[in-house]
Amino acid sequence: MSAVRLENITKTYNKGTVSAVSDVSFEVAQGELFGLIGPDGAGKTSIFRMLTTLLLPDGGKASVDGYDVVKDYKTIRSRVGYMPGRFSLYQDLTVEENLAFFATVFGTTIEANYELVKDIYRQIEPFKTRRAGKLSGGMKQKLALCCALIHKPGVLFLDEPTTGVDSVSRKEFWEMLRRLKEQNITILVSTPYMDEATLCDRIALIQSGKILSIDTPAGTVKSFRGNLFTVRSAEIYRLLNDLRDYENTGTCFAFGEHLHLTFAEERAGQEEDLQQYLRQKNHTDIELGRVEPGIEDCFIQFMKQ
Amino acid sequence: MRTLKFLLQKEFLQIFRNKTLLRSILIAPLMQLIILPWAANYEVKNISLAIVDNDHSGYSQKLATKIFSSGYFKPAGAGLSYREAEKLIESDQADIILEIPPGFERNLVREGQQKLFIAANAINGTKALVGSGYLGGIITGFNSEIRLQWITPPRFNPAPVIEITASNWYNPLMNYKVFMVPGILVMLVTMIGSMMCALNIVKEKEIGTIEQINVTPIRKYHFILGKLIPFWVIGMVVFTLGLVIAWLLYGIVPLGNIGLLYAFLAVYLLAVLGIGLLISTYSTTQQQAMSLSFFFIMIFNLMSGLFTPIESMPGWAQVITQFNPLSYFISVMRMVVLKGSEFSDISHSLLVVSVFAVVLNGWAILNYRKTS
Repeated sequence: MSAVRLENITKTYNKGTVSAVSDVSFEVAQGELFGLIGPDGAGKTSIFRMLTTLLLPDGGKASVDGYDVVKDYKTIRSRVGYMPGRFSLYQDLTVEENLAFFATVFGTTIEANYELVKDIYRQIEPFKTRRAGKLSGGMKQKLALCCALIHKPGVLFLDEPTTGVDSVSRKEFWEMLRRLKEQNITILVSTPYMDEATLCDRIALIQSGKILSIDTPAGTVKSFRGNLFTVRSAEIYRLLNDLRDYENTGTCFAFGEHLHLTFAEERAGQEEDLQQYLRQKNHTDIELGRVEPGIEDCFIQFMKQ
Repeated sequence: MRTLKFLLQKEFLQIFRNKTLLRSILIAPLMQLIILPWAANYEVKNISLAIVDNDHSGYSQKLATKIFSSGYFKPAGAGLSYREAEKLIESDQADIILEIPPGFERNLVREGQQKLFIAANAINGTKALVGSGYLGGIITGFNSEIRLQWITPPRFNPAPVIEITASNWYNPLMNYKVFMVPGILVMLVTMIGSMMCALNIVKEKEIGTIEQINVTPIRKYHFILGKLIPFWVIGMVVFTLGLVIAWLLYGIVPLGNIGLLYAFLAVYLLAVLGIGLLISTYSTTQQQAMSLSFFFIMIFNLMSGLFTPIESMPGWAQVITQFNPLSYFISVMRMVVLKGSEFSDISHSLLVVSVFAVVLNGWAILNYRKTS
């Protein structure tokens, strides 16, 4: 049985004028770490809110742990852990009071499920008498995760847990998720960071409320069509414009300090032709080479279709 | 029940931890109760009176002395002409002009009657009205004094005179504080109940904690009771402190049964908290909740009979006051505290307020479900 299942879920806002999620279907297996990857406004939060019974879908069916999100919302609420994108614990209560409060409202105690959260809680335990509002961003995140886990949920929903957190804390956070997965907790996580996608078992790329692809990170990368090249020259902005004007350019995007380029038509001698074209345009220090595509490259390619 | 206990624990923890909030809940109303009754006083004093004496006679002097010795008036200028007195009114230095015509004493003695002219600055209507009233009263008194001097009373009283003596029941000394303190106390309890309750719930919406609460097995009624009970208790505490201040500072001890007052308060607080709850369901930010509750509280206060009698309001306004829970409690407070009214006297008000409590809370709960 799938832990989470969506069938043709649709959600619109403002009386149907704004489409947030359209016809989304996917399944998440028991114990899987599933990532929803997409830019801001892609509909990730709307999907999460529908799955955590905070929002009613306009169409389609969804179930969590086998329970329908509309009919059995009460059962779902006691079985899932949800960590909203915005820090939403009581800032005027201490770390310990927050955790104890969320344990008790689920009818359990910190001690009963201490085993599950102890790895994470140990890191914030020295600050347990500090008010939650006075914690640093990374520590708030850890506390929120503890609070979402304290009742031993079957499915954990993490909505952009690493947004606004420094890169070291982000790495630690994903390490914690990996350990939780070993405890057979199904985790659904959303993120706008493409580099985090590779840490998931499977990922769904989502854009404007539509799913672009669902696959493992490796499978997603493998589905990239054509060869990807990285180009660079002394004047990167002029280079981008010139490359977009080039007759054999498929896609061309800035990627850090380089440009990522695919050819419209793969043919022999294409690289030499391009070099020549760029020299004609008076570019200097030209670098051109093959590169392995990443999730972001795949995302851009899916988006273009 | 267990869930409710934890919610209440959390709520009280938050309230007691927020020192500023605690101060504004407990100390601010008491300060208001200490300050406001002295200011909210209908007794008009220190009316600036400009006397234009065109007669300069013994009688006109006597009249002026009598007026100023009443304690209500203070002289504005001396030896004024009417024009000068008018200027004083224009520059707001005088409230009322009393003009004594030339030959006042002579004509009074010779013809037995004389006319005086009173002009009042009606920008402050209360002052003008009450001031002219006082002045009229003093002049009438002066009039009868002169007549007594002139007419030798006959052995038998052939012309019957009707003498009116007024006695103020329930407040014999017409002490306005006795009248205002219970009303102000009700106003304060109302403000605390509705505003604090609304703001507290909306705060959870604003900072997003309600999101986290909504994905727990906490039921709606748990959440709502968890919000209502603390503020119900706080309302009771503030009311009690208010009664203590009324007793210590103003010497007001309820004539009626205190238990009856608390019984009414218990129901009344439910109605007031219902207003707060209702406001919270219609607002998403504390700013919205604040302006909404401010709007209602202004209307409730001014149309409650606290400052102006309901009976003198126009018909449509009287209809509005019937939907104002504050007006019921103010009248009950005054009845029980000043008059010692019993259950049978207030049972109608109690019934109406109970209906308010049920309707407001029911409406709020229905609306609450829809929006979350």
